[in-house]
Amino acid sequence: MRWNRLLAMAVKEIIQIRRDVRSLIIVLLMPVILVLLFGYGVNLDLKHLPIYVYDREGSQDSQDLLKRFQASDYFNLVKVVNNYPDLVRAIDDGHAKMGVVIPYDFSQKLREGGPVSVQALVDASDDNTANVLMNYSQAVVQGYSADIQMEWLERRGQTRPPQPLNVETRTWYNENLESSAFIIPGVLALVMSVIGAFLTSLTIAREWERGTMEQLVSTPVTPLEIMLGKLFPYFVLGMFGVALCVILALYWFHVPFRGDILTLFISSAMFMVVVLALGFFISVIAKTQLAASQIALLVTFLPAFLLSGFLFAIEQMPGFIQLVTRVLPARYYVSALKMIFLKGTPLSMLMSELIPLAVFTLLLTLVATQAFHKRLA
Amino acid sequence: MLARLTQMLIKEFIQVFRDKRARYILFGPPIIQMLIFGYAATFEIRHVPLAVLDLDHTQESRELVSRFSSTEYFDLQRQLTDQAQIGDLIDRGEVTVALQIHPGFSETLRKGQTASVQVIVDATNSNTALIAAGYANQIAQGFARDYQMDRMRRISPMLVERIPSVELQPRPWYNPDLRSRWFFVPGVIGSLTLVLVTTLTAFAVVREREIGTLEQIMVTPIRPVEFILGKTIPFFLIGLLDVALIGLVGTLWFQVPFRGQVSVLVAGTVLFLLCQLGVGLLISTVSSTQQQAMVTSFFFIMPAITFSGFGFPISTMPQWLQKVTYFDPLRYFLVVIRGVYLKGVGTDVLWPQMAAMAALGAAVLTLSVLRFHKALD
Repeated sequence: MRWNRLLAMAVKEIIQIRRDVRSLIIVLLMPVILVLLFGYGVNLDLKHLPIYVYDREGSQDSQDLLKRFQASDYFNLVKVVNNYPDLVRAIDDGHAKMGVVIPYDFSQKLREGGPVSVQALVDASDDNTANVLMNYSQAVVQGYSADIQMEWLERRGQTRPPQPLNVETRTWYNENLESSAFIIPGVLALVMSVIGAFLTSLTIAREWERGTMEQLVSTPVTPLEIMLGKLFPYFVLGMFGVALCVILALYWFHVPFRGDILTLFISSAMFMVVVLALGFFISVIAKTQLAASQIALLVTFLPAFLLSGFLFAIEQMPGFIQLVTRVLPARYYVSALKMIFLKGTPLSMLMSELIPLAVFTLLLTLVATQAFHKRLA
Repeated sequence: MLARLTQMLIKEFIQVFRDKRARYILFGPPIIQMLIFGYAATFEIRHVPLAVLDLDHTQESRELVSRFSSTEYFDLQRQLTDQAQIGDLIDRGEVTVALQIHPGFSETLRKGQTASVQVIVDATNSNTALIAAGYANQIAQGFARDYQMDRMRRISPMLVERIPSVELQPRPWYNPDLRSRWFFVPGVIGSLTLVLVTTLTAFAVVREREIGTLEQIMVTPIRPVEFILGKTIPFFLIGLLDVALIGLVGTLWFQVPFRGQVSVLVAGTVLFLLCQLGVGLLISTVSSTQQQAMVTSFFFIMPAITFSGFGFPISTMPQWLQKVTYFDPLRYFLVVIRGVYLKGVGTDVLWPQMAAMAALGAAVLTLSVLRFHKALD
């Protein structure tokens, strides 16, 4: 390997990148756009969910209960309807996520004593929203029920003993349960997958498609020099993207950062090298840009999006999918990112994340250069 | 006109299906992605790893612990003896929730005072934390209610009989078992179709331009409209076929119910495909290389999926962003496809979405045809 040849390769690549100004702008903009996209667009902190009410009684008591739904931040009482079909229709067409039905004999039953049921019809086509809705409405109704009982006992001269149990919930690492703090660190993995694997595999596939790769190979440049020279500019672009993401995450979205920058830099550089090697490998095995882009999408972007723990918790996936995630570099990087950002884990405790990344780098470089030789032969 | 169009179509179909790899790219990745998505995309929270630190060791504390471990929501993995272990286990991500019961728990309960328990949640994943904390709270409240009732029954059985209480009866509609898969699978069908049709259309046109064959076609008697129709009709048909194919995977493999009418889904799909063909064409008019087309498509696809309500409710987005989502055809298609699959509703409910897609489709197609003419001059 000769440094001047490597340098020449890199310079050629930089000139090529610079010539396509639009692609360059896009590459620089992408981290910004992705962070904004996920920062604003992905929010699982459910609030103000639209609900309809069918109050069959319309008494003081039923109004009292409804007021509690109104007072909660989690619900947005859109409309009170006076027949059942209207309620069903609202849930069918999505105007209401939940319909509360208060029975016609609500206050009468309260006076008679014993349990009274209030129905909550929940649109469970979105199971997560439904779950949260049911939890919140359960809490509202239980609070109302406890107060009713208290009053009832007091009227009879009894004092109700205090609540037996007080549950203190402590949420660690993300005290306000903000989904942005959980999602934005993972965006780094997406940005790097796109820049690293997606773009590099496309540019290299283009050289193959146009036949310029053959020309390159006939010069004294060795395959390893071609690979390193071509990838180096993208490494710099990718790391620049990481820096942009981190700045936006910290200063725009105020994601907590409890680890140290050096640890973040080292883990990111390691992941960047893995995706670059992967991108090179893809370009070697794919014949066309279309094929390269499809393969890159399938083996880098989608796994980073779906199987890395970026959004969906790995422990909740079926067992064999969990096994699949073990051979995906993105999984280790996303896990490291979340630990560095939210837990402040030091480098020495990230070995179970970083060693697999190092192994992937070695394996991929080996496989990619082999495949390169084979393709030329 | 018809004769020339037929020739154009024959050429296109030959080009699309020419080699095995191209055929694979049309149908392979969508099916693979459908399978991965179907398994990986879940917000369901079950079997959350739990550690218990019971410093009370009484019948009451054991009763509370067993209420946690007997649900499917929590898996009791560790019984701890020391508070320091909690921090360690959560730091390393071995457990997500820790329940801490202090000494004197049962004594406080028996005295009729309020006893505290602590629930410590690893909130790195805010969604898991929110739902797990909700479950923990419900279990503890259930314990408290029963304990309270027991005690009152001992003091005065009459009182317990007559005390009023309000209960919430939740009825989760359309998806009674709250399966995440039922929510995500129809959404995946929409997203995959979007990705496939947009990129294929954009690529097909740009490729002709990049290779220079576009000029050749334009000097033949084929008119631009015929060229556009010839380019889009094959992808329209491929899109329909792909929806059918991955739709079958959804119903046959993932067992997601299909409650509506096929005709409604077909109508919705046709309108949606028109929008996507328009977008693909539009991208092709602003791109001169396949790489540019790829990057530009990516910038359309990412926001289109994120803002569609695919996994993240639109109602939690900032107001200004909610307005942006009105321009996202996928937003409407997802309402249609989920409506048909899970709710079994028809055009009487879904017509606003259909109308919106028709309007968007007409607008984007007109725009792209106009721009296409200009790009040729």
